[in-house]
Amino acid sequence: MPLVMQKHEMPEQDANVRRNNFDEVALGYTEELALAEANRCLHCKVPHCRKGCPVDIDIPAFIAKIKEGDFEGANAKIKEASSLPAICGRVCPQENQCEKYCVMGIKGEPVGIGRLERFVADYCMQNCEEKIEKTVKDDAQKVAIIGSGPAGLACAGDLAKKGYQVTIFEALHTAGGVLSYGIPEFRLPKDKVVKPEIDNLRKMGVKIEVNSVVGKLFTVDELMQEFNFDAVFIATGAGLPHFMNIPGENLNGVYSSNEFLTRCNLMKAYRFPEYATPINVGKKVAVVGGGNVAMDSARTALRLGAEKVYIVYRRSEKELPARREEVEHAKQEGIEFKLLNNPVAILGDEKGYVKAIRCIKMELGEPDASGRRRPVEIPNSEFDIDVDTVVIAIGQGPNPLIQSTTPDMQTNKRGNIIADEETGKTTKEGVFAGGDIVTGAATVILAMGAGKKAAKAIDEYLIEKRNK
Amino acid sequence: MFKILNKKVLHENILQFTLEAPLIARKAEPGQFVVLRVNEYGERVPLTIADFNREKGTIDIIFMVIGASTTVLASLNEGDSILDLVGPLGKKTDIRPDMGTVVCIGGGIGVAPIYPIARKMKQVGNHVITIMGAKNKDILILKDEMEKISDEVIVTTDDGSYGIKGFVTTALQQLIDKGIDIAEVVAIGPVIMMKTVADTTRPYNIKTIVSLNPIMVDGTGMCGGCRVQVGDETKFACVDGPEFDGHLVDFVNLMERQRMYRPKEEIEKDHICRLAKKVEEMEEK
Ligand SMILES: Cc1cc2nc3c(=O)[nH]c(=O)nc-3n(C[C@H](O)[C@H](O)[C@H](O)COP(=O)(O)OP(=O)(O)OC[C@H]3O[C@@H](n4cnc5c(N)ncnc54)[C@H](O)[C@@H]3O)c2cc1C
Ligand SMILES: Cc1cc2nc3c(=O)[nH]c(=O)nc-3n(C[C@H](O)[C@H](O)[C@H](O)COP(=O)(O)OP(=O)(O)OC[C@H]3O[C@@H](n4cnc5c(N)ncnc54)[C@H](O)[C@@H]3O)c2cc1C
Ligand code: SF4
Ligand code: SF4
Ligand code: FES
Ligand SMILES: [Mg+2]
Repeated sequence: MPLVMQKHEMPEQDANVRRNNFDEVALGYTEELALAEANRCLHCKVPHCRKGCPVDIDIPAFIAKIKEGDFEGANAKIKEASSLPAICGRVCPQENQCEKYCVMGIKGEPVGIGRLERFVADYCMQNCEEKIEKTVKDDAQKVAIIGSGPAGLACAGDLAKKGYQVTIFEALHTAGGVLSYGIPEFRLPKDKVVKPEIDNLRKMGVKIEVNSVVGKLFTVDELMQEFNFDAVFIATGAGLPHFMNIPGENLNGVYSSNEFLTRCNLMKAYRFPEYATPINVGKKVAVVGGGNVAMDSARTALRLGAEKVYIVYRRSEKELPARREEVEHAKQEGIEFKLLNNPVAILGDEKGYVKAIRCIKMELGEPDASGRRRPVEIPNSEFDIDVDTVVIAIGQGPNPLIQSTTPDMQTNKRGNIIADEETGKTTKEGVFAGGDIVTGAATVILAMGAGKKAAKAIDEYLIEKRNK
Repeated sequence: MFKILNKKVLHENILQFTLEAPLIARKAEPGQFVVLRVNEYGERVPLTIADFNREKGTIDIIFMVIGASTTVLASLNEGDSILDLVGPLGKKTDIRPDMGTVVCIGGGIGVAPIYPIARKMKQVGNHVITIMGAKNKDILILKDEMEKISDEVIVTTDDGSYGIKGFVTTALQQLIDKGIDIAEVVAIGPVIMMKTVADTTRPYNIKTIVSLNPIMVDGTGMCGGCRVQVGDETKFACVDGPEFDGHLVDFVNLMERQRMYRPKEEIEKDHICRLAKKVEEMEEK
């Protein structure tokens, strides 16, 4: 059989249609496409793809199962290493991870590992009777997990499998972390993909207490001493929005990406007034930033009815930190990239609403510490773009709530919790941490991996505690 | 789900609910608030914890019916439940013994949040003068309760139908003119009232704390929607406040931000009223 050098395209909604709806953009492989794509895998003796996967999924093995038509078996293989394949298959930056190392990528395109992973997970969600039984034992030791993003969910799943009594405390009214409030519906459907994963945990016996802000309702110490939790895993993410500290940032119409996406995803402002939470978009929107969060904000603004949406980014196209695919999708949908521009002020009208964003042109200078060429301002090159809305998507930091109420747990100077990379152990006995709260804003799969590592370490810690 | 144990009508559009929320009651302190969501379609609505009872495991909220969400909330009755309730949020009021004379000012619905603050101020040993302001005597709430816990209560009404005719600042200026040594003023009410209070005390350098109510979403420091300008810093009212030094707050920006969704809020209110009508019609049939 001749080698097919190109990845099989995944069907997707037409750009002109999808820019007007919140339905999923990428539609997923059919069985035929999945088989054809699986057939591109060479089953390398030394599968380099695996070293790009942070949780070390046995990629050739699950692809072999697909070739046999055993999709359920493929799913089981993936689940040995990953708890959230339907999610990671959709949102992993595969081009920098597994697919980056695939040998097929040397002469042609790498195997579509993420697409295959997604296919398998979706297939099983629809067609396989995955019987989930209660595994939690009522007399087992108790673990509190703070935060219900991918790190918390993965840790909860692994500990529940081992029988521990697991309770997740979540500040918001819906579980899922960024999967629920941040990543938009059109990239990660909530009812179809996120909710079933969370329901599965409930079926295993995991308790999920929403509306519970740790640090306010109870402290970590109270959880351990008064509520008798034997161990705590902190997975509170990177939820603190950064602003630019430029004039005009408090004008009406300036949003952090967190607020913009939360209003839309979590509060369903796109279905206003059926859902009561409003959002202001107007005709023209500028999104500041170049990562996934910026792409999501821009594409959300478009779907909320904006006629013109700009991405304002201070470096060039090459440095855009967003996934390639997301940038392409954004372009297809008509989003305009204002590259090598940096906002210096937001201008308002007499009533306090945004009317324009003032930018200065940039050029790339010498490489900085991160190895990327540092953007430098071109003097006297300021210009204004008329907009009604500005979304600031330049990154998030750690929310200090738990750290400030847990004085004997150490943080670094950025406010992230200091934890061992392999075990999640913090400087406080019995307390573990992982995901974005430790690493700073990263990826779903890394957060999930941290949750799994911590689960293993917590198990070891609790065994030792039992035997004392 | 959080059950409504008691519903009291304080005035035609001001209601008091007692909610079953033992964990929140266990931790609540004066100055803090909750965020609630009535049902799946609801907004997240911040409301001050107007009272709490740790033994009974309850908290009270007092709210004015002004828009869609408060209308839906008001339609609930004893025995009904609220879907989501999260708290206690925000920092507690800084209350220390031996502060001396503290003037607690509540304007309109702001009397509700000032009540637990005044009570604790008194409990720890301060001399508490309460100034309560209302448009007219009919909408004066919590007067008896305030009298029980304050050393002195002064009432002002805009139309003079009760107490001093004028605003809370009229009474405050009188206290200052009398030469009373005021250690601190805590003022909660409409933004314009808090602004005039701060303007009144500024020349005398009297420490003035105000409680800000910008539009909030999560209430945990995650969205930044509640940001307010205090001196040369931007603060998130839900986690850094809601109380701030009144002499430093940019009240004009706050008022502008509070108006951000006015047109949308009208649409939402219309939508809710039409829904209510539909339900009524269906019930008649
Ligand atoms: C818009 C957006 C798009 C993204 N796109 C991608 C993508 O395409 N691919 C990818 O791999 N990654 C993406 N990321 C990054 C990825 O989502 C995160 O790295 C990942 O979610 C981190 O997981 P976590 O479990 O550490 O934290 P989170 O997902 O942030 O979850 C933390 C949870 O803890 C809760 N919490 C916080 N404080 C408390 C407290 N005191 N008490 C109780 N609960 C608390 C929060 O409410 C939240 O639910 C994106 C992020 C954003 C914001
Ligand atoms: C910390 C804090 C404590 C509060 N305590 C009380 C209280 O004890 N009693 C009381 O009656 N009110 C209180 N409020 C105000 C209350 O939250 C609003 O009146 C309520 O949200 C209005 O909702 P609505 O849908 O009925 O009206 P809308 O018609 O939607 O809004 C009316 C006005 O209320 C304000 N508002 C709307 N949504 C919000 C929101 N999400 N957050 C804050 N303000 C909003 C806006 O200025 C708006 O113009 C408090 C607000 C804050 C921030
Ligand atoms: S989890 Fe992510 S990195 Fe690992 S194989 Fe799947 S798509 Fe690739
Ligand atoms: S490197 Fe590529 S071809 Fe080789 S096993 Fe992995 S996916 Fe298959
Ligand atoms: S309400 Fe979101 S940060 Fe304050
Ligand atoms: Mg409203």
